[in-house]
Amino acid sequence: MAKLSQIELNMLRQIADLHKVPEGAYNIRRNGESAGRNSSENIEIVSKTDKPGIDIIIKPGTKNESVHIPVIISKTGYSETVYNDFIVGEDCDVLIIAGCGIHNSGCDTSKHDGVHTFHVGKNSRVKYVEKHYGDGEGTGEKIMNPQTIVYLDEGAFIEMDTTQIRGVDSTHRYTRIELAAGSETLLLEKLMTHDRQKADSDMEIILNGEDSRARVVSRSVAQGESEQVFHPSVVGKARCFGHVQCDTIIMDSAKVRSIPAIESDCVDAQLVHEAAIGRIAGDQLLKLMTLGMSEQEAEERIISGFLK
Amino acid sequence: MLKIKGLSYTVSDENGTKKILNGIDLEIDTGRFVVITGPNGGGKTTLAKAIMGIVTPDSGSIEFDGTDVTSLSVTERARLGISYAFQHPPRFKGLQVTELLSIAAGKKLSTNECCAYLTKVGLCTEDYLDRDIDSSLSGGELKRIEIASILARNSSLMIFDEPEAGIDLWSFSRLTQTFESIHRKTGSTIVIISHQERIIRLADEVILVAGGAVTHRGNADTVLPHIGDPISYCSVKEA
Repeated sequence: MAKLSQIELNMLRQIADLHKVPEGAYNIRRNGESAGRNSSENIEIVSKTDKPGIDIIIKPGTKNESVHIPVIISKTGYSETVYNDFIVGEDCDVLIIAGCGIHNSGCDTSKHDGVHTFHVGKNSRVKYVEKHYGDGEGTGEKIMNPQTIVYLDEGAFIEMDTTQIRGVDSTHRYTRIELAAGSETLLLEKLMTHDRQKADSDMEIILNGEDSRARVVSRSVAQGESEQVFHPSVVGKARCFGHVQCDTIIMDSAKVRSIPAIESDCVDAQLVHEAAIGRIAGDQLLKLMTLGMSEQEAEERIISGFLK
Repeated sequence: MLKIKGLSYTVSDENGTKKILNGIDLEIDTGRFVVITGPNGGGKTTLAKAIMGIVTPDSGSIEFDGTDVTSLSVTERARLGISYAFQHPPRFKGLQVTELLSIAAGKKLSTNECCAYLTKVGLCTEDYLDRDIDSSLSGGELKRIEIASILARNSSLMIFDEPEAGIDLWSFSRLTQTFESIHRKTGSTIVIISHQERIIRLADEVILVAGGAVTHRGNADTVLPHIGDPISYCSVKEA
């Protein structure tokens, strides 16, 4: 693996909990170039030839293996669009850890647009963890626009756990999941904005197959003068179950629009949505203060738990 | 020792003003087990919240172990050794039972330590350790976890606000044993707001609060007959 600076190592810790070279398959992308790559016997990582990005090919039957594909940008003014395709064979059980960290110490905008496409084979289980984080003392914006498209074959399952930790000035997230018969998704999106940041998140969950299931949980905290817009949509096209839940803690002078939608093309589709926006409840703060925390400590604890 | 002098608290709304606490004077010696009882709306919870600092009185003073805490914040009072189990505990999305107990204890508790606290409030522990304190818990479960958090806090003054509310009979019995045990084994002062005769009969002393004032104090047999008295701002009758 190429030698990384302390700043880059810190970003790897933030976005992928990586303290050293990961075991198994990995690809570390730094400022548009590979800073380290390893394929394993069952997980092959190859560069695309027609555009920036990689293909991650996971052999059928691969179980209890993981692949790390973090991206770090430490060069101010660097912008990229990266295409990563995941081809997961049948009967797999794998963990995919992605994430992007931007450190911007200059005045130019740094941007990472990650386009991820998943093809998850029959009866496979995938857990996908993605963290986004920005820091740096510069005035240049840190922008991330992830686009994630997932195709679930029959009986497949994907759990997506995505988090925007902090420091991302602008993000437009787009997630689309298409589910075949008997497949299932659990989508947990956690998002924190502060200062004058902006975040939009659009989701389309298409329940195409009989007995497909989707559960979407969106939790966010909007601080400062930040703005958030959520538009998760679940579409039932067969006998299926879908549930969308959006919860936001709003603080200071932030603005939040939460617009969950459910659409049904089938009489046997069972779809539910719920949304809530509110400040931190006073009795929650008081409870933790009666246990010896200051008001600020209590607030931080409530927020970190909410976005856990 | 807890010393309360001339504590008054008034609320105002569109219907006018109402005196919730009307010049309460009260002293509770260290290590005592005291039950405060009385009719709903009589001022018991407001008094407890004023001691914890959640309610700011209009006048009067509160002294705890020689320190005037009247102008101290909730956090400062908690750090001095006052704790309060809410009558209606809040729920938290993303805070687990073990985390709450650890916050209360001021250190990371082991699984065994958490289990011990939960057992004391009659909860089958394995099922609860990793549960979020959210709407998936019943009112009774939430209430018992609240009491467990005060046990974990182990402060020198523990105030429990109607701990029996929403708790089934078996757990209630377990709870009374726990209160007795804390009283026996620790030097903590225990103040319980309760309507339950079984809890009232555990107390060293019973204080009847009605109409925003202490109207009677003494042992259970002395005070219980007065619970249904018409509310009047009478002077305290010592047993």
